[in-house]
Amino acid sequence: MTDSVDNSTATSRRRFLRKGALIGGAAIASGIVGNASAIDSSSKNLPPNVPEWMKVPGDPMGSQLYGTPSPFEKNVVKNIPKDLPQYLSASGRTPLQDLDGIITPNGLFYERHHAGVPAIDPAQHRLMLHGLVERPLIFTVDDIRRFPSTSQIHFLECSANPGYKKPYGKSASDLVGLLSCAEWTGVSMKLVLQEAGLRPEAKWVIAEGADAAALTRSIPIEKCLEDALIVYSQNGERLRPQQGYPLRLILPGFEGNMNVKWLRRLHVTAEPAYSREETSKYTDLMPDGTAREFSFYMEAKSIILRPSGGQRLDTKGFCEITGIAWSGRGKISRVDVSVDDGKNWQEARLQEPILTRALTRFRLPWRWNGEPTVIQSRAIDETGYVQPTLAELIAVRGEDFYYHNNAIWPWRISADGEVSNAADD
Amino acid sequence: MLRTTKTAAIALAFISLASAASAAQQGPYGIGRTATAAEIAGWNIDIGRDGRGLPPGTGSVTHGRDVFEQQCAACHGDKGQGGVGDRLAGGRGTLATSNPVKTVGSYWPYAPILFDYIRRAMPQNAPGSLSNEDVYAVSAYILHLNGLLPADAVLDAKTMAEFKMPNRNMFIGDSRPDVKNPACESNC
Repeated sequence: MTDSVDNSTATSRRRFLRKGALIGGAAIASGIVGNASAIDSSSKNLPPNVPEWMKVPGDPMGSQLYGTPSPFEKNVVKNIPKDLPQYLSASGRTPLQDLDGIITPNGLFYERHHAGVPAIDPAQHRLMLHGLVERPLIFTVDDIRRFPSTSQIHFLECSANPGYKKPYGKSASDLVGLLSCAEWTGVSMKLVLQEAGLRPEAKWVIAEGADAAALTRSIPIEKCLEDALIVYSQNGERLRPQQGYPLRLILPGFEGNMNVKWLRRLHVTAEPAYSREETSKYTDLMPDGTAREFSFYMEAKSIILRPSGGQRLDTKGFCEITGIAWSGRGKISRVDVSVDDGKNWQEARLQEPILTRALTRFRLPWRWNGEPTVIQSRAIDETGYVQPTLAELIAVRGEDFYYHNNAIWPWRISADGEVSNAADD
Repeated sequence: MLRTTKTAAIALAFISLASAASAAQQGPYGIGRTATAAEIAGWNIDIGRDGRGLPPGTGSVTHGRDVFEQQCAACHGDKGQGGVGDRLAGGRGTLATSNPVKTVGSYWPYAPILFDYIRRAMPQNAPGSLSNEDVYAVSAYILHLNGLLPADAVLDAKTMAEFKMPNRNMFIGDSRPDVKNPACESNC
């Protein structure tokens, strides 16, 4: 640092932060480095010197009324492809490999919109509930908040995460970044439906969003009465606009697009809508030309996040392997890891809490001997289902199935420590 | 014992409250207000695969060509061949090949859903801006581009509901779990 304490400490500190931020990227400890890391060994802030930030006071209280990450973390942002044909119906990915634990920060939660993000004034937003009910009702957002509330931690995953054809992607985020996990607060959908009184012939609920696509999906009544939520808060604060402000559905374990955002209408019916999204869009084409419809569940899946594609092991020796596992059908019961290209598998340690239809963090202590290898993980859920290989999936479904790819993802580690996607070899 | 009695009393009070609410045509919590028929009619744009909910009106392939050129072609191509927006025409007979092409003609199972989707979501820059006649017409034109309607055809609620899409019988249920990993543990 060439800055000295000149005009004011605040100016100096801002200059220091700007300069530091230009170096960019966090220097990640424990031998794995991200692709933008830089360590300045000539720094005067290292031992035996006392660092500059201990010699002047820091920013005063209130400098940030809504906190933001350190400028040194400026590269930890959503992963948004640069070559999309358009950005109104598009998706942006969570940088999974840069995050710890199981909760996705709201600012990094993945996004998928079908007609942009609407700017909704909650005072002018209404939820209509009609169809096969005793009493069709209209709720304000405040009305929904009057119901008994509940908070649940669940993952949300896009059904196309990723596809079945190369290239799959370089990083964990490229591969499965249309995945996030949060604590959702809202009301059990069951209570809201009971408020209107379901008629016996009620079998489906068609949910509609207040976006410019008026996105519509049909939900079986069993799911609505089991664990579906009408949500207004995410990780403690109100939903972000990108996540459906002021109201959205959360259908734990069901494919992302069914968790309708900007929820404005619930139409109780005897049969599904067969809307465009559930016939021509989110259906799974089989090699024989038939297509599976109403394929709701996201099956068990896992991925190693450290080390993972785009990272580099800069030294031999101890290297903790860690990643995430999840299943739309319940809890994760086991995660196996192979460090020898799938020849042998050992059980990883699962981090508590292990929650239903939520991300579960797994860890395996490992020593890298400096030789090239391939590492990978496979999840097993409480139904006994085992995460399959990509080859096993393609053998049954072909390469044009497009959705619900829950394959094992192998990472290749080269002799120089570079980590890359072995499936793209 | 005292606590049990108290709990029972509270439970009884709640039940009597609930039944009073029921008598007053309210739900258990008395939250929300009644939606009127006019309010529901204004918001309910759902159309069934059998054509339920299709509005009055007609639209011709001829008029649909004009609507398509003005409102759709910029994204979907002048013949529905695709661009920024999805491909809408062609692809018949490709679904079981190694290069399947999903379009309205090759993949969509129900004609009334074409009306539903166009009315609710298209054109992308101004959804809901087309009249019902325009939506019938442009639906007819897209079916014409797929060789499914002649150039002089006209669609209305009845003809659209009766229209049989070629791929309507090709959708099946979800048969997952469909892939089994034997979970080999050593010397795999």
